[in-house]
Amino acid sequence: MSDLDLRIEPGERVLLLGASGAGKSTLVHALAGVLGGEDEGESTGELLVNGRPAERARGQVGLVLQDPDSQVILARVGDDVAFGCENLGVPRDEIWRRVAHALEAVGLDLPLSHPTSALSGGQKQRLALAGVLAMRPGLLLLDEPTANLDPDGVTEVRDAVARVLDSTGSTFIVIEHRVEVWKDLVNRVIVLAADGGVLADGHPDEVLVATGEALAAAGVWVPGFSPVLPQRSRQRGEPLLHTEQLSIARVADTVLRTGIELEIRAGQALAITGPNGSGKSTLGLTLAGLLPPVAGRVVADGLRQGIGPEPIRWKSRELLTRIGTVFQDPEHQFITGTVRDELAVGPRALKLSDAEIALRIDPLVERLRLGHLLGANPFTLSGGEKRRLSVATVLATRPPLLVLDEPTFGQDSRTWGELVALLAELLDEGSAIAAITHDAEIVEALADSEIRVAPWQTSPGSVEVVR
Amino acid sequence: MSVLTPTAGPQAVYRINPVAKFTTSFVLSAVLVLSIDWVSATVALGLEFVLFFWAGLSLRTFFRRTLPIWIAAPLGAFTILLYGRPSGESHFQFLLINVSDGSIELAIATFLRMLAIGLPAVVLFVTIDPTDLADGLAQVWKLPARFVLGGLAGLRLIGLFLDDWRSLELARRARGVADTGRLRRFASQAFALFVLSIRRGTKLATAMEARGFGGDTTRTWARESRLRWPDAVLIGLGLLVAATAAAISIATGHWNFIAAQ
Repeated sequence: MSDLDLRIEPGERVLLLGASGAGKSTLVHALAGVLGGEDEGESTGELLVNGRPAERARGQVGLVLQDPDSQVILARVGDDVAFGCENLGVPRDEIWRRVAHALEAVGLDLPLSHPTSALSGGQKQRLALAGVLAMRPGLLLLDEPTANLDPDGVTEVRDAVARVLDSTGSTFIVIEHRVEVWKDLVNRVIVLAADGGVLADGHPDEVLVATGEALAAAGVWVPGFSPVLPQRSRQRGEPLLHTEQLSIARVADTVLRTGIELEIRAGQALAITGPNGSGKSTLGLTLAGLLPPVAGRVVADGLRQGIGPEPIRWKSRELLTRIGTVFQDPEHQFITGTVRDELAVGPRALKLSDAEIALRIDPLVERLRLGHLLGANPFTLSGGEKRRLSVATVLATRPPLLVLDEPTFGQDSRTWGELVALLAELLDEGSAIAAITHDAEIVEALADSEIRVAPWQTSPGSVEVVR
Repeated sequence: MSVLTPTAGPQAVYRINPVAKFTTSFVLSAVLVLSIDWVSATVALGLEFVLFFWAGLSLRTFFRRTLPIWIAAPLGAFTILLYGRPSGESHFQFLLINVSDGSIELAIATFLRMLAIGLPAVVLFVTIDPTDLADGLAQVWKLPARFVLGGLAGLRLIGLFLDDWRSLELARRARGVADTGRLRRFASQAFALFVLSIRRGTKLATAMEARGFGGDTTRTWARESRLRWPDAVLIGLGLLVAATAAAISIATGHWNFIAAQ
């Protein structure tokens, strides 16, 4: 980020947009004074908050970050909210008054001793917001606060922020690549240019009309500029896998679901939907032959190619050409130091020759825009690049069934469009997909059938077949 | 899991300052390691068992938590029985093994001593809530807040690491590399966890900094931690148990000061 001249008045509510890599997060971290010192990078120019250098204005600026898990600091709800006040040297009775007030403002109606580990993602983000509010900052900064949340969590957090802003009148800056979430709450949109400086700045409607197309091309989700959905030639192929009275569990003694009966056919996409924590991922991992069923069976007659019918009994190498799994967090599945090696892991395990490996990898590299990254370490890629790589590594061994855990979660609109187009193509070529997802749009675009896993509290037991 | 959820209960022991529990446990062990005789250990153990009734642990929890000590103590005693310094009549001899009157007495004394030191330590420590401990260390013992709170917040990441580890394991199976090379896979998985944990740690540090942690302002404490009379009573009881045990042992002539041997 460079050459940025910006003035934000007290009480303004700003949505900060820009292509990934434009420096949005850097700016927000700098405003919060947590960018680090001179030994961690270079800076030129001046950044003043309330007339003082940002790093000395700590406490006047409150920052909520993207990852709910990394923001919980203490074990009890009340203590966590009190933490910021303690650091600012607020007297004890005043702290607890502020804690009660902040929890009320974000709508977290829980006892102060409630364990923070038992909160949902949306609740954790509201807790982080309460912790910041209790510090009474004049400027509230949110860095993609809803990117890791399910749709209910997004609404929860957005509404809490709206309530807070109405009662405090603080200045507000939010980064988010889904414009729709915050559009009605802000009165100014600033678009950072990819090469430094400001691309557009003004009232939301005007800015979005003027730069909407450019923003959408850069991957920002702008209402009215949604990615084009692919045409599917829907066909019903051979059955590949079915379950018989399946019960699933992540750890052996807590059964999440029982009596699951489903079928996956070639050329068809099955969407597995439902809120966080209901057991969707566990179901996906069980279908993929990674977790053992607690009771019942997963039978993959259409995939066995001469070995036993139950995927959990297959060898790791035998899974490669039968079922491919893309994990929710791509970092969990990277095992080498470069993108090139990462793509070759599967084909090498199948003992393919170098020429054959190149033949498989090259088209994927081309298709998923990984060419300029072949020498890079997978862990250093951006979120979108990591996702594209993790999908490519699985496709390299050409499994007829793909199990995808939140493939489009937190993705910008460009990556989203590319992934959906690619998946649609694979389906038309006869592959099958089981996708665990919150994303209503991908269900709309691809799914031939859908099963919903209801919140465990309201209905333990089996799953609901929607269509 | 006690690392992630607060440790709490209605019994008096949960309200005692962790710093007082540390002190008591220290006093008991400091006196009891001075001598190896069965009298002082038996007296201490007897008095401790009376006190355990008030500790607020159910019998089941008590034995489950102290199980390692019940296993370690006989093992330790058995070793002493076979290899301890021989004296008096010898009952059994084989190579270095020599079971004698002296080693039998030493073994009994060791067994009782390990229980007398270990059991109260476990009972006192399992009822400590990490947050309360941090408060006590920083406010009563005046350890640096930065260090204490950093450690406390880091403790919370352990649960996330466990989840990460499970996912890493499944992902390796999915990538086709889980059939062979168990040791190498373990190493690569450990390295991946290391990378992930540094990343999580950095994020947590940023979140803490964003809430004003590590600034120049003098910190206040939302939860007061100081020693009150129940804490003094606990430390007093510890002193009393230690003193009684030592006094009876000395009076009956069994006390053998370790440094004198």
